Amino acid sequence: MSQAAATGHLETSTGLDNRKLLMWLFLSSECLFFGSLIAAYLLYRDSSVTGPYPDELFDIPFTSVSAFQLLVSSVTMVLALAAIQRGNVRAMQIWLLATALLGLLFVSGQAYEFTQFYREGLTLETNLFGTTFFVLTGFHGAHVTVGILILMSLFAVSLQGRIQKKDSLNVELAGLYWHFVDIVWIVIFTLVYLIQPGAGSN
Amino acid sequence: MATEWPQPRKQGLADALGWARRMADQHYGIWSWIATVDHKRIGIMYGVTAFLFFLAGGMEALIIRLQLAVPDGNIVNADQYNRILTMHGTTMVFLVIMPLSAAFFNLMIPLMIGARDVAFPRLNAFSYWVFLGGGIFMNASFFTGDVFSGELGAPDCGWFCYSTLSSKAFSPGHGVDFWALGLQILGIASLASGFNFVVTILNLRAPGMTLFRMPLFVWMTLVTSFLLIFAMPVIAVALFELLFDRLFDANFFNPDKGGNPLLWQHMFWLFGHPEVYILILPAMGIVSEILPTFSRKPLFGYPFVVFSGIAIGFMSWGVWVHHMYTTGLGTAANAAFGISTILIGVPTGVKVFNWMATMWGGSISLKAPMMFAVGFVAMFTIGGLSGVTHSVVPSDYQQQDTYYIVAHFHYVLFGGSIFALFAGIYYWLPKFTGRLLNDTVGQIQFWLMLIGFNLTFFPMHMSGMLGMPRRISTYSGDQGWDLWNLLSTIGAFTIAAAILIFIINVIYSLRRGQAAGHDPWDGRTLEWTIPSPPPHYNFERIPTVHARDPFWHEKYTEDAAGRPIPVIAGAANGHGEENGDHGGHGIHMPSPSYFPLIAALGFPIIATGLIYDYALVAVGAALLFVGIYGWALEPVTEEEAGHA
Repeated sequence: MSQAAATGHLETSTGLDNRKLLMWLFLSSECLFFGSLIAAYLLYRDSSVTGPYPDELFDIPFTSVSAFQLLVSSVTMVLALAAIQRGNVRAMQIWLLATALLGLLFVSGQAYEFTQFYREGLTLETNLFGTTFFVLTGFHGAHVTVGILILMSLFAVSLQGRIQKKDSLNVELAGLYWHFVDIVWIVIFTLVYLIQPGAGSN
Repeated sequence: MATEWPQPRKQGLADALGWARRMADQHYGIWSWIATVDHKRIGIMYGVTAFLFFLAGGMEALIIRLQLAVPDGNIVNADQYNRILTMHGTTMVFLVIMPLSAAFFNLMIPLMIGARDVAFPRLNAFSYWVFLGGGIFMNASFFTGDVFSGELGAPDCGWFCYSTLSSKAFSPGHGVDFWALGLQILGIASLASGFNFVVTILNLRAPGMTLFRMPLFVWMTLVTSFLLIFAMPVIAVALFELLFDRLFDANFFNPDKGGNPLLWQHMFWLFGHPEVYILILPAMGIVSEILPTFSRKPLFGYPFVVFSGIAIGFMSWGVWVHHMYTTGLGTAANAAFGISTILIGVPTGVKVFNWMATMWGGSISLKAPMMFAVGFVAMFTIGGLSGVTHSVVPSDYQQQDTYYIVAHFHYVLFGGSIFALFAGIYYWLPKFTGRLLNDTVGQIQFWLMLIGFNLTFFPMHMSGMLGMPRRISTYSGDQGWDLWNLLSTIGAFTIAAAILIFIINVIYSLRRGQAAGHDPWDGRTLEWTIPSPPPHYNFERIPTVHARDPFWHEKYTEDAAGRPIPVIAGAANGHGEENGDHGGHGIHMPSPSYFPLIAALGFPIIATGLIYDYALVAVGAALLFVGIYGWALEPVTEEEAGHA
């Protein structure tokens, strides 16, 4: 206990690791962050006074593939953690790379989607849909990008042999963040893309 | 006392910073402060910085009061008045009360739970530097106008920055950008310290320090930290929306494109009401420590005080519409939020009664800390009662946007928070300076401040009831407001005199003050078991806790009538001696680090870049990256660096 402050890897009052608790608190705070952004999107859903409107732009099959890539990346993340917990550094490196690549695919898909929408006349300034859509999904994309940076940093550090079985917590924390960002996308995908107000509602 | 910092690592990243690192490893000198991760030093820096901002915010208040002293004041023009008013509110909330509370979190929490530092010492340093950068950035806005021709660049939208006052059409110039980006930076600091203190309090408690043996101040810090964690992201989103509107022409608050300005009010107050409790709960914690000590009685109804604090934390999320009764949300919404607002008075009242019952029948010693604490209870109660009057919707319709509201929130924030913070300073500062503040001078300051405070803010109830609106820069002499305004101005300068006396007291006492010893107040909690000032590792041996008020129970037992009887001499000093024995050899404390500062520097540079030149954004981001990567990769302690 006495050394917990100094070194961070000894017994704590709750038994939870300090860094893990920190990550959970951070993610709980992020819930309010994305909650506020999603609330703004939903509030303004039918308020755009000019087009283009969501149903004219959304390409559901394309975005579904993107969402699927992100979902699969959660599986590879789990495999990376399982690998290092067994002490298999090699397998962890492969799964970390796979996760980062899937994340990269997702972000590229989003970049492509943004470009398409822009070509069809949707910008931040166009209407409330453009404003709320780009800001909400943009912040999510930024979170995925940070996640990719974290994964690649872990990969780089592991090449120096600095991530062994005893350091698996580092991978676990990255995983918690990654899964959270993934879950947020499930919520956004459902609320923004899939459940669109039908014609005549409101 | 001989203390040894771990030697710096001799390879890798630390090489580049070798010289600076060696300087940081000293126990004195500017570099040792810049690189410090010691919670006590960070606490002192928080306190000193916040006090300087307090003086700045106070100057702004004096300008406001001079302007309003007589009708048709012309000290400043309307534009300057708006900007000074905005900065007064913003400064006092975000740069004074919040960081002064953070100073006490930093100074006291590890000592009160029996820990050697916080859970994340470098994150703690990061919080401070981000806060400092945000505060300077915010105030720098003053100088972005054409200052010499009297044109200030500061924000002019009020501390709540309502839309559409904040839109580019009505607030051209960069003031509002500075405001929004400044608050965004300060929010990062608050979030980081919120995370840090929750983990510290939950995880670093000494053996036996169960949750329900924790001192009340620790409890209130825990609740406040949770509020910070959940409230700051809401304002962060609101600020991002405002910034997107202003910097990139988005439409969140643009009525022309269907945007609803009320969205801002909802988000601001959804953050803003928990924020009110972020400002007052630490103050309640401080007072809950001081009243038992100076009444020589345990806190009356400890579980009630704890649970009422938690209840306030939860309920603070369900009352925000009482700031918005007159926006036309309808009877149902107003009634519901009126009821929840009346209800939140209940746990607050529970606390007030418990404080009074704590003093009841105690052997009260009216030293300066106690005077301020009692002053808090009285003034806060008045503010709470006027608060109840405008929880009632029809009554609030009359009071909305009048000086009556200004009177109310100054009674809770000045009469409440600031009085309690001064109580805390008189009570706890000697622990860190080793010298007591002069009590007589403290009493003089207290009475002057109490009189000045009431002279300033009580007349505002009157001017408000007579219909004087808030935020006006001048008024004509035929409204019947003259007397009340003049009294308020005289009161404001009386407060200024009291603050001046405080500064003199601190300077005098630092040099000549009576030595504090480790336990000057016959204290009850763990911080009084260690020397003043504490060694950098705090506790030579981590104490084991057997009861609430652990130090008291070590010193006293009870007779049949429940009166305290001192334990046989010697036993009481156990901790003090124990902790002086070995000079802390073999205790590995976290190494100093520059990376928190480097990372923190990135934020104001990014913010400046967003306003003036995107190239600077890249510079700031690069600093942030260097800081974070250096931070992540440097060893935390000597041990990890392989030099143990």
